[in-house]
Amino acid sequence: MEYAIVFLPLVSAFISGFFGKDIGKKNSQYLSSILVGISGILSLFIFYEVLNHGYSTNKLIFNWITSGNFQVNWSINVDPLTSIMLVVVSLISAIIHFYSIGYMSNDPHKPRFIAYLSLFTFSMLMLVTADNFLQLFFGWEGVGLCSYLLIGFWYKKPAANAAAIKAFLVNRVGDFGFAIGIFLIFFFYGTVNYNEVFQLTPSLIEKEIIFLGIEFNLITLICLMLFIGAMGKSAQIFLHTWLPDAMEGPTPVSALIHAATMVTAGVFLVIRCSPIFEYSQTALNVVTAVGMTTAFFAATIALVQNDIKKIIAYSTCSQLGYMFVAAGIGAYHVALFHLFTHAFFKALLFLGSGCVIHSFHEEQDIRSMGGVWKKIPYTYILMIIGTLALTGFPFLSGYYSKDAIIEFAYLKGSTIGYFAASIAIITAFLTAIYSWRLIFKTFHGKYNNKNNKYSSVQESPLIMLITTSILSVGAIFVGFLFKEIFIGYESIQFWNTSILFLNNIYHEHPPMWLLFITPIIIILAIPISYFLFIKNQSILNKLVSQNQFVYKFLLNKWYFDKLYNFIFVEPIKKLGLILWKNGDENIINKYGPDGLAKLIKIASIKAVNFQSGYLYHYAFVMLIGFSLLLTYLILN
Amino acid sequence: MNEITIGHYLTLGAIIFTIGVIGVFLNRKNVIIILMSIELILLAVNINLVSFSVYLESLVGQIFTMFILTVAAAEASVGLAIIVVYYKNKGSINVEQINSLKG
Repeated sequence: MEYAIVFLPLVSAFISGFFGKDIGKKNSQYLSSILVGISGILSLFIFYEVLNHGYSTNKLIFNWITSGNFQVNWSINVDPLTSIMLVVVSLISAIIHFYSIGYMSNDPHKPRFIAYLSLFTFSMLMLVTADNFLQLFFGWEGVGLCSYLLIGFWYKKPAANAAAIKAFLVNRVGDFGFAIGIFLIFFFYGTVNYNEVFQLTPSLIEKEIIFLGIEFNLITLICLMLFIGAMGKSAQIFLHTWLPDAMEGPTPVSALIHAATMVTAGVFLVIRCSPIFEYSQTALNVVTAVGMTTAFFAATIALVQNDIKKIIAYSTCSQLGYMFVAAGIGAYHVALFHLFTHAFFKALLFLGSGCVIHSFHEEQDIRSMGGVWKKIPYTYILMIIGTLALTGFPFLSGYYSKDAIIEFAYLKGSTIGYFAASIAIITAFLTAIYSWRLIFKTFHGKYNNKNNKYSSVQESPLIMLITTSILSVGAIFVGFLFKEIFIGYESIQFWNTSILFLNNIYHEHPPMWLLFITPIIIILAIPISYFLFIKNQSILNKLVSQNQFVYKFLLNKWYFDKLYNFIFVEPIKKLGLILWKNGDENIINKYGPDGLAKLIKIASIKAVNFQSGYLYHYAFVMLIGFSLLLTYLILN
Repeated sequence: MNEITIGHYLTLGAIIFTIGVIGVFLNRKNVIIILMSIELILLAVNINLVSFSVYLESLVGQIFTMFILTVAAAEASVGLAIIVVYYKNKGSINVEQINSLKG
């Protein structure tokens, strides 16, 4: 069963990728969707087994590397943590496979698209089922590659190509740190298998090493390096710039890769490595700090963006920040719970926005939408559900996970815990504002689109609405259903050994005001944003014109892109140009291959003259040669 | 009274040889002239052989001369046959126009 879950997507990718044209474009889509669908259903079985019978296994695929004592396997490792990720990845992937049948119906390259999607699913499953860091790294790079391929799927759009390259390069920075982390682990532990590494960790707590001339605690250094990798993948502040640009890809890709699964790989890594992170308070504090900064900063940017997908992308960034806050305060199970619920409602929001874009005929700017909620009621309802779940409206899934993060941060009791809790509450308010802004601007107010007539706006195909509805069911109920299992009193038994809690988890009740403050704030945000964005826009305009500087600052995304352009991109581009023009073309090429080729050309042009075709020329040459030979022989 | 020595014979041979070689190179007209020049070169060699044969009082040189004459006759007939066939094909045996070997 485990083999089927992991390898069905690979089979699907193989068939659609290489034989897509032979079996027909439509058929390859259906076939892939069904194969990944089977994998999704099987992973539900696994999850059920783990939930009820504490099932766990380690199935060997084959020996990968054996060198002396160093041994690495390809294997499928199933434990509670993995089983949840299996459900998230394969189930949502299956839904999105089906969704893209509708969304990509006008695209000429369907088999390629579906093959990439399936390949991505396979890589992601490899990542979550790994039982060692090397296989994890393989999956990590695999999803990175698929992300690159899918962002640049519409390769005729220059923006898409640029975004794909940007995503790949920024991830390289993170992966560099991640690779160093793995090297350190291998160097000091002598193994990269999870079990052995996690067992050895307590004995290495005291070890100090010199790195770049500074003395570090080994565990802290390893954690920080692994976390740099996680930051790249999960688009945390400083390495986040690729995520908004990645929205150039098709919307199903944004939903699957850049919301539900791949970007959560970083969070998964931190949770998986909890037995290491637990021993380094410094690293955990860094994780919390980065998480809350990202949560806040991405939310502020989302307030002023105008591209519907970019708003949701920044929202993803912000929610990932929440997850890291949870992981950083030691509540790994809460981080995973938020990852789980977030996968549902964020994928729902993306698929919903895909429906909106489809209805508006590829329009993405929310300023040219509005007033269509009666026209596309199903999309409207789905988006409302997604927004309610995202903002944490009481009793929807986002409510349980987000409130849990705030509570656990508060209960942590340290300065950074209180700080994280207050930032989280403020961010929750901002989240509500920008989410409702998106809804009101898109569906309410006046109809603003100049390119399409009001009557041309229509509901999306049935298959898109059905698949999105499945996600909406998840977005409503998963929080309520799995709250007790994931983060309740008995959750420690469920997690078993897959997560290590060094300190006991606090279960006393937080003060009442804390429990009520977030829901009240986010419910209040609904009328506030309705008032600001629909009823009385003059207040908003006044606010913007009075705080032009802040507005510009947010609109330009805190100037991160400009800054990176100035510090890294421009100088490197210049250096590259110099090396290309002077180093490569003028020196290496000129005297190397090109020079040699030119020399041979000149010589052969000269040599051609010898071959005049006249017999007497040949005879003459023969005579000269003969005379020379003879002279030589005589003189000797 | 000047005696005719081997030197005179060799000089004669060398002169004929040179005429033959120059005939091959300077001729721009006719392939048959090249053939004739080659015959001249061969005859120059023959003169050398015969004169050395007399000088050394050995018959080997003269026997070789007979061989060379035979071979030269055969060669001339083959050469002429080639020229005839060539003429039939191309309609001309002008040396200037025979350059289909040009690269």
